[in-house]
Amino acid sequence: MTILSAENVSVTKGGRAILRDVSCQAHTGEFIAVVGPNGAGKSTLLSALAGLLKPGSGRVLLDAKALGALSMAQLAARRAYLPQNPRLEWPISVERLVALGLTARLPAVGELPESFAPAISRALELCDLTAQRDQTATTLSGGEFARAMLARAIVSTPQILIVDEPITGLDPRHAMASMTLLSRFAAEGALVIASLHDLTLAARHASRVIVLVDGAVLSDADSLTEELIHRAFGVRALASGAGDSRGFTLLSPSEK
Amino acid sequence: MTRLNLSLVILAVLAFAASLLAGRVWLPPSALLDVIHQPDSLAATIVSDIRLPRTVLALIVGAVLGLSGAVLQGFTRNPLAEPALLGVSSGAALGAVIAIYFGLAALSPVTGPLMGMAGALAACGLTFALGRNGTVALVLAGAAVSSLTAAGIALALNFAPNPYAAYEIMSWLLGSLADKSWTQVLLVLPFVIVGCALLAMTGRALDALSLGEAQAQSLGVNLFRLTVLVVAGTALSVGAVTSVVGAIGFIGLVAPHLVRPIVGYSPRRVLLPSALAGAVLLLCSDIAARLVHTNPELRLGVFTSLLGTPFFFWLVVRIRRRAP
Repeated sequence: MTILSAENVSVTKGGRAILRDVSCQAHTGEFIAVVGPNGAGKSTLLSALAGLLKPGSGRVLLDAKALGALSMAQLAARRAYLPQNPRLEWPISVERLVALGLTARLPAVGELPESFAPAISRALELCDLTAQRDQTATTLSGGEFARAMLARAIVSTPQILIVDEPITGLDPRHAMASMTLLSRFAAEGALVIASLHDLTLAARHASRVIVLVDGAVLSDADSLTEELIHRAFGVRALASGAGDSRGFTLLSPSEK
Repeated sequence: MTRLNLSLVILAVLAFAASLLAGRVWLPPSALLDVIHQPDSLAATIVSDIRLPRTVLALIVGAVLGLSGAVLQGFTRNPLAEPALLGVSSGAALGAVIAIYFGLAALSPVTGPLMGMAGALAACGLTFALGRNGTVALVLAGAAVSSLTAAGIALALNFAPNPYAAYEIMSWLLGSLADKSWTQVLLVLPFVIVGCALLAMTGRALDALSLGEAQAQSLGVNLFRLTVLVVAGTALSVGAVTSVVGAIGFIGLVAPHLVRPIVGYSPRRVLLPSALAGAVLLLCSDIAARLVHTNPELRLGVFTSLLGTPFFFWLVVRIRRRAP
């Protein structure tokens, strides 16, 4: 089992502490949702876990080895990362966009090897984009584009998948489909870490929820509670259902 | 894709042949055979001693400008990027002007290219160091570096020891392939080969970079290594050719744009066709510049600028229309 862990990670940007002494451990097979108010440090934590940001103090370990000791290509072969609001700078086709997810495995020169075609087809199918395969990616709708980026992230079937707000801007149906896809990925043995703003979907699909407030871990548990939502977000919430129909109705702002 | 490359190679071969035959003295196609059969004839001498080195140099310079333009546009993800815009050409020009001004060029023929490459390296390094945070910053840094090098060149002109030195610098700056011999070709070739090899290695990383820096890094792209390849490759190739033929603008800007839609916009696939298109463009420009009978001759750099500027305007208008 692969373990990704953060040990006393602190990050300071421009004199402001973004992460304070964050520690957590994540195992393959888990689907971890990171929730918290704007500016809580979710994106920073995800970048640090992805090995793209060197913490000011503390360290991130993959299988007890510091991330910094791995080469970028080695890390890329095992971990996929999708930032918040991913961009595409050239109007390339959806198929080529998804193929970019295989960059670490491609030969330095020459065309895309035929052997990668099935992986690309599968990723497109999982993200419901088969019909858009040859379309120019920059002409996709916002939701389609977000799914294309998700397909780009999963095409290499990474051991660790770190995604920053993957369902922001998706309609309810595709948001649910994407969450189901991420759960399925975890069930197949990958470690999935996603920052989310949809508390209901986080509670339903994630096997663990980390609540981050002001750069520190407020809670790291199986699920969310009304009390946690109040303390983290300053919002009164009403919980209902359980398991797959667990949900939160947000009522009104509350005093923290 | 390969069909495009093949068409471009055929065009380049045709332009190459035309460049050997066209000029103040038009030669019949049979003159090309004379080079082998009657090497002592006048036609053969014109072809092998005057037009062949000039044509080979045009091919090399065009390919270098086309390739470096494609790499720089892919690297900066900015459709306006080219060696001249980022200050690389003017850096090379300043280096070469210093070599001319202080008489270093007379010491050894290799001094010019070396100073040109040093200037290009300094300018390119400075631009990328200043403009690290995004494409707007990069273009502004390029403008700042260009101003700096322009000031340096103006200083050299100001204090030129005599009008002839000023004229020599000035006419060299306009860019020309006239009166070039095999010496110049052999002088730049090693640097061009190494520089282009470095630039050709950037393809995969440029493709990944179309997702932005964070995603490219997450895909295993070492941005530092990529920057070194781009800076060193551009400085070597563009620096060497600029120091020999002067500043020739717009080929690096136009060539990638011509081929990009045909290859589906993938930055890596633009590289080879853009180098070929650059070679074709420069060969044709040089032929055209030769055919316009003026006295003194119309300089190649002036000609490409006259042709390229409207394209630049069109590009600016199109970008403005697309911007929110």
